Amino acid sequence: MALERILFGDNQFFGVNHMSEEKARAQSIRFRDTEEIIHVLKIAYDEGIRVFMCTTHDRIEEVCDYVRAHQDRFANLQFYPCMPYAHKYANAVTDLGMLGALKSFLPEENKIASLFRGGMSVARRDIEGMLTLFVDAEMKMFRGLETPVIFLQNVFTDLILGLGMHDVFRMFADHVRSKYKAEPGFITMNTPMLLDSLEGSGLKNPIICSDINKLGFRMCGGMKKYEELIASGRFQPIAMSVLASGAIPPREAIEYVCAQQKIKSIVFGASSRANIHQTKSLIEELTRTEDIAVGVA
Amino acid sequence: MIRAVLVGLGKMGLSHQALINASPDFDLVGVCDKTEYLLGILSKYAKVTTYTDYAKMLAKEKPEAVFIATPSKFHSDMVRAALDAGCHVFCEKPLTLNPSDGLRLAELAEQKGLVNQVGYHFRFVATFQEAKRLLNLNVLGPVHHIRAEAYGPVVLRPKGGTWRSEKSEGGGCLYDYASHAIDLVDYLVGKPQAVGGAIMNSLFSRDVEDEVYSTLYFGPGMTGQLAVNWSDESYRKMYTKITLWGQNGRMDVNRQEIQIYIRDKAKAGDGLVEGWNMRYTTSLTEPVWYYLRGEEYSAQIAHFAETIKDRSKVTGSTFRSAVDVDLVIDAMVRNATDASGLTPIGTK
Repeated sequence: MALERILFGDNQFFGVNHMSEEKARAQSIRFRDTEEIIHVLKIAYDEGIRVFMCTTHDRIEEVCDYVRAHQDRFANLQFYPCMPYAHKYANAVTDLGMLGALKSFLPEENKIASLFRGGMSVARRDIEGMLTLFVDAEMKMFRGLETPVIFLQNVFTDLILGLGMHDVFRMFADHVRSKYKAEPGFITMNTPMLLDSLEGSGLKNPIICSDINKLGFRMCGGMKKYEELIASGRFQPIAMSVLASGAIPPREAIEYVCAQQKIKSIVFGASSRANIHQTKSLIEELTRTEDIAVGVA
Repeated sequence: MIRAVLVGLGKMGLSHQALINASPDFDLVGVCDKTEYLLGILSKYAKVTTYTDYAKMLAKEKPEAVFIATPSKFHSDMVRAALDAGCHVFCEKPLTLNPSDGLRLAELAEQKGLVNQVGYHFRFVATFQEAKRLLNLNVLGPVHHIRAEAYGPVVLRPKGGTWRSEKSEGGGCLYDYASHAIDLVDYLVGKPQAVGGAIMNSLFSRDVEDEVYSTLYFGPGMTGQLAVNWSDESYRKMYTKITLWGQNGRMDVNRQEIQIYIRDKAKAGDGLVEGWNMRYTTSLTEPVWYYLRGEEYSAQIAHFAETIKDRSKVTGSTFRSAVDVDLVIDAMVRNATDASGLTPIGTK
């Protein structure tokens, strides 16, 4: 499958801003009603953006409900779900403990009970079963919608990567491919190390989404290494945080990313028609046409 | 590579495991926890040697460094055992639940010449480090007030179930959240000499406090205030903010940005202009070898390794400075139950 060149992100809807807490607060106030999120999504759609790359935040479920009920308005909209929404789990772990949190999020009580009955021996066999239950629980909100790429969120990817539990990536990929007929994607802050791990697990030419920006902000392993790996064509790079939450002026930021010609897609979040239009136009202007051809191939 | 072990595989422990395992400085030779199903998974998929007995792990693996991320009530005994075995120790905060235990551990570590660090990771957040640098340059002139705040969504329902809801295990907002804010105060302007007006109030928790407020008294003309609430879900995750007022202006610092208001630029220096100056994490943060949840978690582990390699230095977050935090906490607990300082409102 071909990745869309321009992806619309959702950080702005949930008060995530890496540079300013005040901006984040203002965004939370503006988007307290899901209607306002849908309103911005309509603007993005009308600007020609066809992919909404979103976390499995509770409120995305309401967006999904709306899109399902208004298929004519969003006829060609695809979702790239990113799971899990980390804070939901982190807070639950603090509140309920590790096992309690797992139980609280996985729906099928009996299945879970049987997974944990017998302790270690069962855990040894059934991490794959647990992972698939967990993906299915997160994917429920997207039923009936197009989800051609399903991502593991960076906190989870980077935790698993750091622990060296490389098999988990393959299990995720297998499940996403077989059950959802989708491509697995991986969000990370550690692209060089992740790429080695994925290749080692037999996942060739993986879709990897990571911070790629002119500041080198959160590009672990070094900007130079990133540039080399992108140029090598060993993976399908998606650039996020290209503006570094506003630290880089838009044209300069997009110029840098578009100069890395093997970058397949750029994900950005914006809240106003003007910003959505400006960023999309800049990406189109600064993407040389032959690059797009490569992207589609 | 430094041979290291880790004990305690809760949320923080697992995060440490990932970072230590990915670190170029450490060879993680063993992990220890009570939860067997988790050990089963880690042993099979992360291919790490697992233990349920901490003493056995120390004896068998003979590590050079020990990371401790268990519930707080175990810290004291585990740190001591590690120091007795001649290991450098990184311990999660708070160091101990009893300042005199902590002080003995600090003395023991110093006497044995072992590297000791406590996981007060805000000291490794670029914006707070920049604030410290600016304060050292005296850009604000003499500081007369510091306000330390921390808010976040930890306890939002009347329900317990983990050690964080048990007073005797070091649960509660004071140890969990306020300790970070107190440590930042200590880091930026030093330890207060006294506390007053301490309030510890439960909102949802049965046995522990969910909000803490207190006045801090430093030397003459210098005061501070602490406001901490872990039952505030208007913040997506823990939010920590320090505000300082000095004779030459004011500084607001959180993990993302520093806003500095300068009265007289000639007295400030460092390129600061009169009025507001902004500095952002995006340009202040140094790259780390591995990123998980925040650069500061990697940076503090890298710093621990550097200090082990260069023993001429001490860490930037020693047992001794962590004892300072425990002493302030202890004073707040005593003050909160002491009503003698209250001044009733008069009738006319």
